[in-house]
Amino acid sequence: MIRRCILLLAICAPAATPVRAEYGDVVINGYSEKAGVRPVIFPHWFHRIRFQCRVCHQELGIQMRAGSNEIDMAKISDGRFCGACHNGEVAWSAENCDLCHSARAGLKTGVRGGHKTLGPGEY
Amino acid sequence: MARLQRRFVFVALLCAACSVRGAGPWQDLADDGLHDPAGPGIGVLQQPGEALSVLPQDGAGNHVHWVKALRDGFITPRHALADEPPPAIDTTEIIMRDTSTLPFVRFPHRAHTEWLDCTICHDRLFERKVGTTPINMGAILQGKYCGVCHGAVAFPLTECNRCHSVRDVPVAKAAAPP
Repeated sequence: MIRRCILLLAICAPAATPVRAEYGDVVINGYSEKAGVRPVIFPHWFHRIRFQCRVCHQELGIQMRAGSNEIDMAKISDGRFCGACHNGEVAWSAENCDLCHSARAGLKTGVRGGHKTLGPGEY
Repeated sequence: MARLQRRFVFVALLCAACSVRGAGPWQDLADDGLHDPAGPGIGVLQQPGEALSVLPQDGAGNHVHWVKALRDGFITPRHALADEPPPAIDTTEIIMRDTSTLPFVRFPHRAHTEWLDCTICHDRLFERKVGTTPINMGAILQGKYCGVCHGAVAFPLTECNRCHSVRDVPVAKAAAPP
């Protein structure tokens, strides 16, 4: 009986406590922690429900490589990058710091989520 | 019999405990290894399972078939912030035949231009002329060419057959862009 319980637990435990970022989540920590705030998590899944890729990656000119955009709060306040929408009109304003700056301490900039390759997942 | 009942109850409780963590394959934000569970935003942000479980399902990535979700009107993402006419959709397909023992690759412009502008890929990632870009899996796996998106945000590179999907196409039928 005990052996069976252990076996069952071993099977169920990974399903009960998986730790996995959502596919396409991007951690942005170019300046955040140096400035004393949590790193940013950008969830692709949330944004692509509402905007086609072309809006950010063409109209706003955001490069498709995590860490290559050098986004900081001054640029956001000027209406660039996230600030094109996060201005209190299209989406919540940048004054809601904690909604973007929501990551655990110590995370490095990069694309996260399930399927790692040598490429984007490692940037 | 009592012993059997006890076992049944135990297994039922175990299964219930396993299913507590949200429905489907989506991780709650507080448990995803990225979000700080103590952060003030955690109770405000939308949970992936809430948003994604109502969209057409898929077996990889976000477990959402994004192309189907867009085409079938499950989602209506904006194509521009500025007031612009809808983008042009390119429906040409390219068959790539230099695939060794794997099936040929069928590249559908339609699924891509429904989301992206031509200039995002051309000519930074791919030359416009068919056959002039040295696309290969080694480079893709390192995040180049298709691998800029596939493996990061578009369906992952474990889905070989979605691209390598054409077993045999006569040369005359292989579509090429004008």
